[in-house]
Amino acid sequence: MMNKKAFGAVAVAAAAALALSACSGGSAGGDAAKGEINYWLWDANQLPAYQQCAADFTKANPDITVKITQTGWDDYWSKITNGMASGTAPDVFTDHLSKYPDFLKTKQLVPLDDAVTKDKVELSQYNEGLADLWVGQDGKRYGLPKDWDTIALFYNQKMATDAGITPEQMGSLNWNPQDGGTYEKAIARLTVDKNGKRGDEAGFDKNNVAVYGLGLPGSDAENAGQTQWSYLSATTGWTTTDKNPWGTHFNYDDEKLQDTIDWWASLAAKGYMPKLETTVGANAADNFGAGKAAINSNGSWMIGQYTGYKGIDVGIAPTPQGPDGKRASMFNGLADSIWAGTKKKDASIKWVEYLGSAACQDVVASKAVVFPAITTSSEKAADAFKAKNVDVSAFTQHVKDKTTFMLPITDNAAKVAGIMKPAMDAVIAGKSPASSLTAANEQVNALFK
Amino acid sequence: MTTLTKQPDPGLSVPRGPRKSRKRGKPSDGFRGIGDLKVALFFIAPAMVGLILFYLVPTIRGIYLSFTEYSILGDPEWIGARNYERIAKDPLFWNALGVTSEYVVINIVLQTALALGLAILMHRVAKSTLIRGALLMPYLMANVIAALLWFWMLDYQIGIINQIIEWTGLPRVAFFGSEQWAIPTQALINTWRHMGYTALLIFAGLQAIPNSVYEAASIDGSKAVSTFWRITLPLLRPVLVLVLVVTVIGSFQVFDTVAVTTAGGPVNATRVLQFYIYQRAFNEQDFGYGSALAVILFLILAIVAFIQMKFLRGNQSDLD
Repeated sequence: MMNKKAFGAVAVAAAAALALSACSGGSAGGDAAKGEINYWLWDANQLPAYQQCAADFTKANPDITVKITQTGWDDYWSKITNGMASGTAPDVFTDHLSKYPDFLKTKQLVPLDDAVTKDKVELSQYNEGLADLWVGQDGKRYGLPKDWDTIALFYNQKMATDAGITPEQMGSLNWNPQDGGTYEKAIARLTVDKNGKRGDEAGFDKNNVAVYGLGLPGSDAENAGQTQWSYLSATTGWTTTDKNPWGTHFNYDDEKLQDTIDWWASLAAKGYMPKLETTVGANAADNFGAGKAAINSNGSWMIGQYTGYKGIDVGIAPTPQGPDGKRASMFNGLADSIWAGTKKKDASIKWVEYLGSAACQDVVASKAVVFPAITTSSEKAADAFKAKNVDVSAFTQHVKDKTTFMLPITDNAAKVAGIMKPAMDAVIAGKSPASSLTAANEQVNALFK
Repeated sequence: MTTLTKQPDPGLSVPRGPRKSRKRGKPSDGFRGIGDLKVALFFIAPAMVGLILFYLVPTIRGIYLSFTEYSILGDPEWIGARNYERIAKDPLFWNALGVTSEYVVINIVLQTALALGLAILMHRVAKSTLIRGALLMPYLMANVIAALLWFWMLDYQIGIINQIIEWTGLPRVAFFGSEQWAIPTQALINTWRHMGYTALLIFAGLQAIPNSVYEAASIDGSKAVSTFWRITLPLLRPVLVLVLVVTVIGSFQVFDTVAVTTAGGPVNATRVLQFYIYQRAFNEQDFGYGSALAVILFLILAIVAFIQMKFLRGNQSDLD
């Protein structure tokens, strides 16, 4: 009942705002670089680092203050979009590769090329490939890189020791879609039922599992499997789209992907991984922290959370080697973008350049929360992690060995997610075979026709 | 008309008109009417502004948008009935319709039956205001809070209800996670939240039935059960129809419970119509398609309400 009103209110607000944003579009830019800039980000763990950056920035530029707002990921993007429509979007915001194509389509971002040339921003200071990710189909640059992330396996060291698995073994796992390789053996071994029987022992009761070998946060299709299966599917030679960035044809109908997903779903059927239906409302990382799962695959931005659980000794192992003999990790990089409707364009450019500079990224590095985009800063971050007794080489190794591949950048990302998530859920829930993804893939490809 | 134009400053202050006309000593009916109209408009204005601003304009704009392709950023582009053609072939729309209907049926049947029972208990047994008030407590809770409360209590891993189920030796139930349970669970939560309020409405209807009818029935030797079926229920019909129309409309619009718990999943089991509209419009920035879905929901509700009013004769009472 409430909704109809809310709907109406939004519609009116949107209508009124269209007029507003039309006005503000004209007056954008050309102003003096001063005043208060609004800056948004979604990760609460990174907030202290950026507050420090903002304070340092204001010290160097006394005319400009930065107001930082943190909003959780779930609401972040609709708030930004609605803000753009109503003329209240932040001047500068943390941007994501899967989201910025939609903003480009409607010309919501300020190209940074002139500023980069004028202020001589050195693009080679960033880790290889990161800066290019933010060049749109029009050849213009829409963000300066701030950080990057890769995937690794967080595991419970005590459970591994109890199961007789050494850190060396955890660090040299291999995997294939047929029998799962030593990766599946380790997962099975780490699974324990209520009677203390392990997953690879006779008499294992798969319907009464106390500790799952591998945790499951969800089917992860809305994120192209970033943390849950892309590190496996990529080792089979499979790619999400025909080309990246700006692919227009998806490959979810490929056998290589479907075999990978079938194998992954089989873990739930074997009792080595929780059933999808039991994960609704649950938090996989917290279940790991509660000792209900032995391994979680996740991204480097989660290091702080996984190493923060009291009484859990966390090891970090690299993702397994696949059929091609190599490891693989999705490589994602965030950037800061400027909204085209800003009334403080010059000040915003200054702030974005500061965020993209070693001065700010070294501050971020010192907090040991993420890996900054600048190569020297990310080395400092690795040292900061080491000082906290966290070995992050499983994450950095991917970059060193060049075993990363880029997060798929395409148009229609939200619509693709809307189609792929229920389809993938059905497979992981054991309701449909992975071959059913072919139908969803046809729907996805129809979006690009 | 002419008197009006001669007024020095018409509409300056409302109470002035009638007083002046009285001074002149010839209060004409027409003039009085116009004076009343001004007062009436003054009092209606707040509601009128709200209606126009928050219902009429968005409704008309929504209908317009349903014939366009519109991503909130940029201008709507007219595409005729193409959104509706796509909806007809959209399996998720038909799924949403089915899932929503399942929800409505479970929710309405249970809610009405339980509310009727509660209303009779309130009427006959529980005369204390405290108890009657307590029945309304769940309704005072915000929808989202009620949903989250049950989401935790029914959680597969840590929920107290699943702990109890396990103690009794039965297997745990994935109330929100399994496709069979997800909709009934949400329907039950909202039944719990709304039945007190619905009971109160029915209770008001019960009080309107004059005692003399019951007395006559008992003199004729009617038993409690047959009195209920033959007297209470038929005389309660107008109230029940009102209750049904209001609750069915509310039930079709279920959204908040789904949004904060399952968000349409598992798979598509709880992708109810309102949630699907939200998903298409706000998540996928397809406001044209979302608007078309909303127009269809509007039509469905209009038809359902019309049928209920027409065939249950909600505007007539048997008491006269």
